[in-house]
Formats: sequence, C-alpha cells, structure tokens
Amino acid sequence: MLDIDAAARSLAERIKKPRADYLEARFEESQTSHITYRGKGLESIGRATSGGGNVRALVKGGWGFTSFNSLDNLPDRVDLAVEQAQSAGRGKSRLAEIEPAVDEVPSGAAKNPVEIPLAEKKRLLDEYNEIIWSTPQIQTSTIGYSDSRKKVVFLNSEGSYITQERADVSLRLTAVAAKDGEVQQVGLSLGSRGDFSAIEGLHQDVEEMSRHAVELLSAPQARGGEYTVVLDPILAGVFVHEAFGHLSESDFVYENDRMRKIMKLGKQFGAKLLNIVDSAAEPGLRGSYKYDDEGVPAVKTYLIREGKLVGRLHSRETAAKMKEKPTGNARALNYRFPPIVRMTNTYIEPGSLSLDDMIADVKEGIYAKNWYGGMTSMEMFTFSAGEAYMIRNGKIAEALRPVMLTGNVFTTLKNIDAIGNDLDMNQGGGCGKGGQSPLPVSNGSPHIRIQKCLVGGA
Amino acid sequence: MEHILARAKKVTGDAEVFEVSSEETQVRFEANRLKQLQTNQTTSVALRIIKDGRIGYATTTGTGDADELVGNAVETAGFGTVARFQLPDTKEYPTVDIYDPAVESVSIKHMIHLGEEMVAAVTGHTPGIMCEAGASRGVITVRIINSRGGQAEYRKSFFSLDIEGNLIEETDMLFVGESESSCHPVSDFKEVTDLVLRQLDLAKKHASVPTRRLPVVFTPNGVGSALILPLMSALNGKMVLEGASPVGDKIGRKVFDKEFSLRDDPTIGYRPGSRPCDDEGVPSQRTRLIEKGVVKGFLYDLQTAALAGTRSTGNGSRNRGGLPAPSPSAFIVKPGKTSFDDMVADIKEGLVIEQLMGAEQGNILGGDFSGNVLLGYKVENGKIVGRVKDTMVSGNIYKILKDIAAVGSESRWISSFLRTPPIYCKGLAVSSKG
Repeated sequence: MLDIDAAARSLAERIKKPRADYLEARFEESQTSHITYRGKGLESIGRATSGGGNVRALVKGGWGFTSFNSLDNLPDRVDLAVEQAQSAGRGKSRLAEIEPAVDEVPSGAAKNPVEIPLAEKKRLLDEYNEIIWSTPQIQTSTIGYSDSRKKVVFLNSEGSYITQERADVSLRLTAVAAKDGEVQQVGLSLGSRGDFSAIEGLHQDVEEMSRHAVELLSAPQARGGEYTVVLDPILAGVFVHEAFGHLSESDFVYENDRMRKIMKLGKQFGAKLLNIVDSAAEPGLRGSYKYDDEGVPAVKTYLIREGKLVGRLHSRETAAKMKEKPTGNARALNYRFPPIVRMTNTYIEPGSLSLDDMIADVKEGIYAKNWYGGMTSMEMFTFSAGEAYMIRNGKIAEALRPVMLTGNVFTTLKNIDAIGNDLDMNQGGGCGKGGQSPLPVSNGSPHIRIQKCLVGGA
Repeated sequence: MEHILARAKKVTGDAEVFEVSSEETQVRFEANRLKQLQTNQTTSVALRIIKDGRIGYATTTGTGDADELVGNAVETAGFGTVARFQLPDTKEYPTVDIYDPAVESVSIKHMIHLGEEMVAAVTGHTPGIMCEAGASRGVITVRIINSRGGQAEYRKSFFSLDIEGNLIEETDMLFVGESESSCHPVSDFKEVTDLVLRQLDLAKKHASVPTRRLPVVFTPNGVGSALILPLMSALNGKMVLEGASPVGDKIGRKVFDKEFSLRDDPTIGYRPGSRPCDDEGVPSQRTRLIEKGVVKGFLYDLQTAALAGTRSTGNGSRNRGGLPAPSPSAFIVKPGKTSFDDMVADIKEGLVIEQLMGAEQGNILGGDFSGNVLLGYKVENGKIVGRVKDTMVSGNIYKILKDIAAVGSESRWISSFLRTPPIYCKGLAVSSKG
C-alpha cells in the first residue's frame, strides 16, 4: 500500500517555498469493490485498490499539472509541474483569497462499506434479482453495485494541509422486458455517502420497477409536440441540474465576455416562485464535503432567488477573475485530474402545492417520472424520463413509453408555473464534465409543472 | 508481473496478469489562450484467477502489493462466475502497426504551435468566437501473461488534435467542433479546422422546421451521435446470449437495407483503436457484423463465446478496469455511392444532422433514439438554408436502417472508434417549437 501520508509530509516544507505563484499537491488512496449481474447470473465481482498523486502549479496565469501513481522522485514531479506552468503562463496569476486550513475530516460513515463481506452484499443483490426474474415476461436484468472508501491529502504553498476521507455506495438496477421483438426497460438508481443500509429494503420498489417494464411493452408512444408537463422530484432534480446547474458553473463564463453579459447577476431567469440552490454544506449527501479539492470550505450558494440570478459556482481562479466570493466548487474526479468547477447537491426549494393541486387543472398533459439521463449545451438541454403517463382532465391516465424532453434555458425556466411542497433529493447517478465522470452529486426538487415543454415522439 | 503470476500460481493453477502503462502529455487552450500543460503517468495491474472453477478478480495501481492483490482475487473467486473458458496459450500475433516513434519526439513547443494555429484559423474566420482546443500525445504499453504460457505485449503511440468553438449572439449559443486522432503525429491541423469553418458557414443563418415526418441526412458525426450506440448493444455477444438483442436470433437474415454493411476491424494500421490482440490475449481479427443488410456475426470475449458455444472474436475489452467484456475495437460502416451534395440536392424539405444531443438516453436496447438537434441544418429545395434549433428528432434504428435512401461515398473517422460515411434516411419524426 502506498504511504500517502509520508509522501505528503515529505513535500510539506518544499511546497511552502515554490518557484511558482502558487503550488499544490494532492495524494489519494482508495479501495473499492463491485458486483455486477447480467441476467440471472453474477457477471463480475472484484476488488480494487488505487493510489497516486498530482502536483499543480500556477505561473503567470498558466497552469502545469502532473499526475502519477509512483511516489518516487516527488521533487522532480514538482519541478515538472512548475516548468509546465512557466511554459503555459503568459498573463497574470489571480486566485481568490482563502484562509489556509489545517484539518482532518473523517468519512462520517458508521461502517466502511468496502469492508462489509462480499457474501452479505451478494445476498441482498440476489434477493433483488430474484424479484426481477419472478416477474413474467422479463427477458433479462442488469445490476451494478459498487462502493468505495477514499482518503485524500491536500497541501498547498499557502500552508493548507487537509486530510479528508469519504465513502460512497451506489446501486443501479434495470429490468428488461421483451415480447415479439419489442424491448423495454426500467431502471432504479440509488446511492449514499457510504451508508450501506440506504440500498437495503428496496424489495417493493424492485417489484414495481419490474412490473412497469412489462407494462411498457403494451404502452403507446407519446405524440411529439408541446405539452404541459409535471415532473416528479427525481426527474425535476435532473432537470435543474441540466437546465440551470451547468450554466452556473463559472469556468464557462469567466473569460467569455458575451457569456458574462448573459449571466449578469440580477437578471430574471424564472418566475418569482423559483429558488435554486447548490450546497456541498448540506450534511450527508453524495455531493457533500467540508473542503473542495482546492482546500476551499463548502458553502450554500443560491443560484436563483425569486426567479433572479443571484450567484454562481466558483473555483478560486474564476472567483478572483469575476471579483466574487469563492464557493468551494472546484472538484476533481480523482488524482489523475485537475479540479474544475462542478456542482455538488443542487435543488429547487419547495413551494406549497401538492401533486393533486398541480394536475387538477391540466386538461391534457404528461406526467414524467424517474430518469434515464440528461445533457446540456448551456442554452438547450435534454432530459429523459424513465416513466411517463398522460394527464387527462386533472387525472393521471394511461402509461406511455419513456419520453425525452427538451428545453431552452431562456424560456423553459420562465415556463415553470407551479412548485410542490415535497422536496426529495435523489442520490443515484453521477455527473460528467470534461472527461471526469461519474462524479458523485445529488439533485433534488419537489414536483414541478412546466408549460409548453417540447416532448419528442412519434 | 512475473512475481504476481508466480504468487498466484501458489494458490491456483489458472491465472492471468494484465498490465497497462501510459504516459500522456497535453496542451490545453481555453478562451482562445494557452491555459494548461499536463502530463499523466499511470500503471495498473489486473489479476484474474480461476480457483475451484470460479473466476476471481482484483486490480491495483502503480506498485501495488502482490500479496494483497492475490488475496483480493482469491476472496472474490469464492463468489465468482463459473469459468467456461481456458486462458489462451498464444504467443504469436498478427502484425498490426500502431507505434510511430515520431510521436514521442513531437516537442511541447510544436504542440502549442498547433493549438495556436487552430485557434487562429477559427477566430480569424469568425470574430467573437471563443475556442477550447488541445493537442495530446502519448504512449500506451500493454502486457499480458498467463499460467498456460500465453503472452502478449505491444506498444501503441497516439496523437490527437481537438477544437471546440462557442459563438454567442445575444442569447443564441452555437457550438461547433471537430477532432482528429492517429498513431502518427497529426500535423495537418487544417483538416480539422476546415470542417469547423464549414459548420460555422452553414450555421450562419437560422431556419425553422415544421413538426412532421421529414427526410434526414446524418453526417458522419451525426451517425456517431444518433445511430451507433443501439448497434453496439445489439451486436454485443452478451446481449445476444441473454436474448436482449433484437437481432440475436437473426443470423443470416436480412434485417437492414442492402446498402448497409458494418464490420469491426482492429487491424487497420496506425489507428488508435487497432491492436494485435484484445485484452485477454486473443489475436485480433476482422469481424463481419452486417453485410448487405444481412446479420453476419456478433462480438465475443472468451467467457461469453464459451457460454454461447462459439469462438472469441478477439473483442474482450477491460473498460474502466473491470473483467473483460465484449466491446468493438473500431466499427467500420462501408461507404456507398452517393455524395453528400447529391443527398442534399435530393431533398425538397428535410434536415442535415451533425450532432444529436441526448440520443443515448433512450431505450437503446429496443433501438429507439430521440434527441435535441444540437447542430443541424434545414434543407429546402436541395439546398442547406440555415441552422435549426429547439428541434427534436426521434426514430428507431431498426425501422430507419431497414429502408435507407442512400449511404454516402465519403467516409470519415469519428473519434478512434468509428469510420462512417453520411447516411440519408427517408423519414424521421421531427418536433419543433413554435
């Protein structure tokens, strides 16, 4: 096993005398286990250990970054990163000021999930798989379980020295139904910050998921076009992540004058009832942490308040260049990557309506639930529902094939006209950006209603 | 590696060690300026054992501890899948040229120069555009040894250029981009930037689309973003074995248009997807998948092939460090006879799709796709008239590839994994706002 503490200690003095405007090092070791099923049988079971580190240097506004998983010759690695930064730097270095921190942060998980015996994990997954397979017309299933525990030591030229541990558990189940050449699937995703019990006791959900996959075989496809749509908290969470979350990551904004004009603080993006938050400071969620990967403490950041743009997500560099406060959103997937601006736990704050209130006056619309995924190009975005139903005369009616929805950030947020009282955070899934995927995040929302939402279909 | 194999052989007869090392150097441009230089060095080792008939698996990075690795593999073997295959005893492999020493000697200075030239070409054409760009070079070394005497080793060089431009006018955002990769150094940046400039020219004006069924030409990028993922899934031997592939029981039957042929080919010289053997040490081969619309074959690794009663096609791949599973090395769609310009000229009203966003989120298994046209153009009376926005396109690949209007004559590599011409489809459901 790599001794990352010793490696970090060996650089502690050297790093404080950088030949660069700024210097940092990050060391990481992790253990993971995974179990996957395809069909009735177990497909793969394995354990992995991983470790390594990186050095990042800033000279005249240019960055040098070098990652490695051999901890020999660390002073040479530091020199390389500095030389790289010197070659890249042609301007001025600017980083938002922060208090250097010396801290040790435990994972917070009561029990390390990686150390739970494989037999115990397998027993639970076997139970779920049996439920899927006991449903008639199920053709196959997939189950992907993984857990991890990792420790990261961060130190920089300003005197920060932070050790953080975290644990993670994630589970994705899919039931695939088939009949006469038609194939349909329904999935369920869950995760937690290392708490294995979060994925226990799902037997009833798994049964419903399997039944729904079979029902979809006879469900019709929606007609493409504009609809009034009501999203459940899970899908609305994906919506807020794609529709607005990525646009508030300021690495895309800070050096782009035209983008800065569009993203001017105070600009109205939605109706007064809309409030959007990103916060790594919420305890115990998958996107939570005490310090980001630049050693900046996590805070709760309002992105939208009463429909107006009031904040955005920053690294130290983007905050300094935009003359705003750092928010602690610089995150790296692992030691092979430099930190970039990312979301953490992103959600729409609850309003006062119940789901029944929300659909009561919808004559014809679509109720979309659960998720397959989502993507954004900043202005336009897509997000896809795992389940969908027609709403007819204020009632949820027949099931539809899963639908894909699309929107435009400048119109769709303004078309949100009702927000429910039932905020729920979804801990499944992860986020991808700049080749760094999947990063643990959580998304959440109450039920929301959107007018004139474009739905793909036949 | 040998010491890990020796250590594993003390606890079981069958073991295999797979080691991959890579060194990569990148220069990155952001907001039209040089931003970062980056190097990554990584080594990982995977141990697969068969103990009491079951597969055990563990991985580690760098100089991980051999005893811990063997211990982890033994523990997982207690629950592992029953092994149906034998590790190959192969020592001889086909010659596939994938290493060019010139890649390692490309200077950082030259890579920065290439990035600057790419950014200059695009910003010179369209003032106000913001570019991210990069040049990357590296070498990967792979070694496999097993207890039956099988051994494979190869070294591969790679070089790539990429550029993405973002143009904002008021609240309208346009994204354009291209990339190029090879095992040789890529010095002709103009091939990449010319494609980007063409996208910018075509997207200059806006055009509106009705909500109805329209003919669509998918460019090579469009084929990659909309049509390929469902085919990858349907031709995967594992999906076939489970009965989840819609074409699994259709070997020898005509499922697609006679113009449509597809093969997997890891033997093409100096392509980043090529290699002399797969990640299990099975020699590389060309595999016919679809020929003139008839389903000819599927992709297999050792275990899946054994379960299916067939032979591995040399497609065992260890994506993300997991156990080998069937995966394509490089999909090659056979070019047809119709030029792109002739396809467009044939359309009275329709679309050209360059990028479909979100198409991979649907019911891939069933062949359904649906996505937002991130970059696409309206065609009227045989001419491209402008960019379309806020438009969705939906279809099912088994329906649209069954009756194709034409397959293009001009093929292009999209990433390291796909070479395809444009494909002209007769009618897709188009939904548009307003």
